[in-house]
Amino acid sequence: MQWLDAVIQGVLLGGMYAQYALGMALMFGVMRIVNIAHGDVMILLSLIAVSLAGVLPGGNLMLVIAIVPIAVLIGWALQKFVLNRVVGVDPLPSLIATFGLSIALQNLMLEVWSADTRSLPNSGIASASFQIGPIYVGLLPVIVLCTAIALTAGLDAVLRFTRFGRGLRAASADTDAAAMTGVNPRRIYATATAIAVGILGLAGIFAALRATVSPADGPAQLIYAFEAVIIGGMGSIWGAFLGAMVLGVAQAVGLRIDPGLGILFGHLVFLAVLATRPVGIMARKR
Amino acid sequence: MSEPILSTHGLVGGYGDFQALYGIDLHLNAGEVISLIGANGAGKSTFLKSIFGMLPVARDMVRYRGTPIGGTPTHELVKRGIAMVPEGRRLFLGMTVEENMRVAIDNAAIPESRGQWNRERLFDLFPILRDKRRQPVEALSGGQQQMVAISRALLCQPQVLLCDEISLGLAPKVIREIYAVLPDISAAGTAIVLVEQDVTLAQEATSRLYCLLEGRVTLTGNSRDLSREAIAAAYFGGSHAVA
Ligand SMILES: Nc1ncnc2c1ncn2[C@@H]1O[C@H](COP(=O)(O)OP(=O)(O)OP(=O)(O)O)[C@@H](O)[C@H]1O
Ligand SMILES: [Mg+2]
Repeated sequence: MQWLDAVIQGVLLGGMYAQYALGMALMFGVMRIVNIAHGDVMILLSLIAVSLAGVLPGGNLMLVIAIVPIAVLIGWALQKFVLNRVVGVDPLPSLIATFGLSIALQNLMLEVWSADTRSLPNSGIASASFQIGPIYVGLLPVIVLCTAIALTAGLDAVLRFTRFGRGLRAASADTDAAAMTGVNPRRIYATATAIAVGILGLAGIFAALRATVSPADGPAQLIYAFEAVIIGGMGSIWGAFLGAMVLGVAQAVGLRIDPGLGILFGHLVFLAVLATRPVGIMARKR
Repeated sequence: MSEPILSTHGLVGGYGDFQALYGIDLHLNAGEVISLIGANGAGKSTFLKSIFGMLPVARDMVRYRGTPIGGTPTHELVKRGIAMVPEGRRLFLGMTVEENMRVAIDNAAIPESRGQWNRERLFDLFPILRDKRRQPVEALSGGQQQMVAISRALLCQPQVLLCDEISLGLAPKVIREIYAVLPDISAAGTAIVLVEQDVTLAQEATSRLYCLLEGRVTLTGNSRDLSREAIAAAYFGGSHAVA
């Protein structure tokens, strides 16, 4: 029973990681852009949410309505002013540019919000829980998981079936050929990054509701997102979701074995998957 | 004859400091099929890329339907009616045959229902593609992939089609099959620039011909009037080459 509980808690934790990973699945998995600032952007959005919560009436829903558009705008600007200048077949320029951005963002956040940990005020859902048989599950983690499932299904459908999705997959497969077929690669990339960071906006709110955030937390979230995408397989949105589940369960089970082992166990499972199936669980051929 | 649909005027270009084209004058009339021949490295692909916004050129070096278009972004030229079947096909790997086609349909200025070309018509032209429409393009043979590349370009509903060595690496039978559709394409009102290394093929399929050598036009004229000797001299250089 102890292990079943660990698996359930792991799946719920995986829901949070899936929200971190979806934007990464789009940018890294599909577009092959390495965004080192991924975690920092999420923390930035969390901190903005925490500050806004103090002045904005209307609770968490209002916060979502305010933060997601801000996130979309940040994503669009990130692509237009930073990433579109460095995209190309070589992933190194985007890596270097966003590495610099990551450090700049961390310093900026430290300046504005100081090193304190912060979280969103508990409006009740953060502590609400219900019981299934002998196991307690928190309401908020269930909401996070359900949101992650909905976002994954939505994003996957958008990529598969819409004009935007086809254009993005085409531009990712061959940017020049996409332009020759009438796709404006820069515009489509800007839209994709806006979506990726928009999802981070939601993730940022949930992260600050579930636990605390502080300016230095970004790199850890970046690693979880990277690991989820790679475990799942580049280019697969459901793969990233699955990768996040694997990571969450590995951490929760590891935690049961030894309280100090949780995060390390996640990384070990990541390495094990990398060693046995380097293309990932649900890799799509490209 | 009325004004050409596409023309270049002293077009120079290349890659960074490396100049590959030295003043190309070429024109293409509406509905016409011309060919551009030349040895490896003559500059044929560079010329097509320069027209198509993929390499920097001065604005008035390229005119399309009376307007200077040099340096216009590629995706905008597609909307104005220029399309390309690129060297090496450049299909979208990981996507199905039909998805490759739909990217063109999604972005064409003219909707599929009102355009000259639609999927049904192309499946009639290349019946094998109808059976393979749900297959990823990497599961197709080279000839079939070339058919997808041509279909994708046509679904942009072009008035000018630039074809870069569509016969390369294909079996003679497949080449015949692909060349057999060129008359259909031009009959639909699309003018074609055919880059080709096979001179006989180029002569048979086109009304006029330009020969390129080291970035310069060394010969031009009606395809059927040009003698083998003149073409050989222009193609390989030497004392008989005349600009
Ligand atoms: N990306 C590039 N960067 C630098 N130089 C290039 C590039 N592509 C081609 N060149 C050079 O430009 C010149 C013209 O090349 P181009 O590809 O236009 O020849 P081509 O006539 O199309 O030849 P082929 O029949 O082999 O395709 C060659 O000297 C080639 O080395
Ligand atoms: Mg070439």
